[in-house]
Amino acid sequence: MTTTALRHSIWILRGNPLTGVAAAGVLSLIFTAIFGPWIVPYDPIASNVSQALLPPSAEHLAGTDQLGRDVFSRLIVAARLDLAIAVSAVSLSFVLGAVVGSFCGYAGGRLDRTVGRFVDVMMAFPLFVLAMAMVAALGNRVENIIIATAVINLPFYIRFARAEVNVRRNLGWVEAARSSGESHISVVLRFLLPNILPAMAVQMSLNLGWAILNAAGLSFIGLGVKPPTPEWGIMVAEGARFISTGRWWLVAFPGLALMLAVLCFNLLGDGMRDILDPRMRT
Amino acid sequence: MNQQQVIGRTVRVTLGATMARAGRRFLSSLPALFGVLVFTFLLMRVLPGDPAVFFASGPNASKEDVELIRKQMGLDKSMPEQLALYLYDVGRGNLGRSMMTGQSVTKDLRERLPASLELTFTALLIALVSAIPLGVLAALKPGSIIDHGVRLFCALGVCVPTFVSGLLLIYVFYYLLGLAPDPTGRVDVFTSLPPSRTGFLTIDFLLAGDIEGWWAALKQLILPAMSMALFVIAPLARITRASMLVSLGSDFVRTARSVGLSRRHVVVTYALRNAILPVITIAGIVFSTMLGANVLVEKVFSWPGVASYALDALLSSDYAPVQGFVLLMASLFVLVNLTVDVCYGIADPRVSIE
Repeated sequence: MTTTALRHSIWILRGNPLTGVAAAGVLSLIFTAIFGPWIVPYDPIASNVSQALLPPSAEHLAGTDQLGRDVFSRLIVAARLDLAIAVSAVSLSFVLGAVVGSFCGYAGGRLDRTVGRFVDVMMAFPLFVLAMAMVAALGNRVENIIIATAVINLPFYIRFARAEVNVRRNLGWVEAARSSGESHISVVLRFLLPNILPAMAVQMSLNLGWAILNAAGLSFIGLGVKPPTPEWGIMVAEGARFISTGRWWLVAFPGLALMLAVLCFNLLGDGMRDILDPRMRT
Repeated sequence: MNQQQVIGRTVRVTLGATMARAGRRFLSSLPALFGVLVFTFLLMRVLPGDPAVFFASGPNASKEDVELIRKQMGLDKSMPEQLALYLYDVGRGNLGRSMMTGQSVTKDLRERLPASLELTFTALLIALVSAIPLGVLAALKPGSIIDHGVRLFCALGVCVPTFVSGLLLIYVFYYLLGLAPDPTGRVDVFTSLPPSRTGFLTIDFLLAGDIEGWWAALKQLILPAMSMALFVIAPLARITRASMLVSLGSDFVRTARSVGLSRRHVVVTYALRNAILPVITIAGIVFSTMLGANVLVEKVFSWPGVASYALDALLSSDYAPVQGFVLLMASLFVLVNLTVDVCYGIADPRVSIE
């Protein structure tokens, strides 16, 4: 990063301290995901029925669930799985979407039309329903949650990359690369792709929040993650049975965790967009 | 021609153009719809587990029973044959038979669709009625407390999953305040249902003149609709604000102000009318998102709609209902897009005359 860009970033951060807060939030989320199992006060799986359904207290910060497991410990440990699902799903669709979209935008013609049709078909589905059907078809496992989330994100990345490459394909520097003997594949992969990466990265951050919500939704309806594995969506699903008898903490805290995670990624994405493209600021 | 005739002619021309546009859009969406058909067919055929064994009531069933069911379900034929049969059936409006309910899927879906639609439409209505004023207020005073409040609300709104907000609403309004009824289904089991005319319970109760029943149905409806609306208010309010800001800063609004029109007239008739196009686009997208979110909300509130039906079928590997559901959703998508197109033409006649 050049000094001007750095100075620009600092200037933006000063005007929008929220981005800094969001970045700190994302960092602590990553920290929790990595070190979670070592910093929790209780075993997230061990049940202790004599301690079941206790409200939040100094001893159990977020209360205990129907099996007497400490909700706070489960929340912390779940961060790794939730984050892993979202990050791998988004990375998968990012890589595939960027490459396919770039080639489509660069080549145009029949390839572009075929992929465009395919994307149209995908977009004609209610995406959450599509993900649901895919997890059921591929098998009720975590890997398939990742694949399903990646697939429903894919159309957006393909379209985005296609549009970004399309406006650049005839610019001077692309022309220069071509005329200096670079092959078409090399022009796309070595010149165009790196050029659209920053814009794609913003898209990725904004997308991570959505991916987290989707994955949690899938496990909430009973697909993918299985109990007793701690995961935020499934914790909400388990707590749902106790909400009409007033055990709010079983739903509220996993819900809060989901909300904070999504909020941080969204704010960070917005902030990054401001830094990269000042015109888009609202 | 006098003025009235001119206006009449203009209206006819615009309506015609709008319809032509909608027709073109419909035709161009047919290939996608066909793709959806093939795709769902393939997707459902790779589902794990042998449904024939499943429906022969477990692994203890005799071989002959399983074979019989397999033949009954057409599973003994080749893939292309099965696909051709499936397409032929769909063309005739036959979506197959649900093993779970023993009824035809078309019948099941028709029975349950009004419940889902009533929920989704109510949610959309709540979202629009709260988002547009919020967006307008925020745009009228950018940087004010209202503006920041709306922004905060929007930022938080998109982060709370619908199933969490639904459950928290149940906690507050059912458990704490006791205002809402038991959050299961559309009416409680002891209520006598009105004669079904529209399938929308709130409307049917009104038509039957049963105010008490209407109130009961409305109370059941309001929480699930609210939790669905909360998630989509944010994009709607955001686009209203952005679009209103542009519109309020334009020359025609300045002119309207300077000729002394009332503030209300300037804001609603001039600025909002011109700012509404992007809002319609987003409303279409939002409606489609809500159709997907139905799965979650219907599960939380045990709402007897198409989404919970499909979910139950999915978990018991019953192909036909899931296929039918996905197809229904895709068709609704096409319909929503067409409606958006027609609304476009009405909101801004220039769109239709290219």
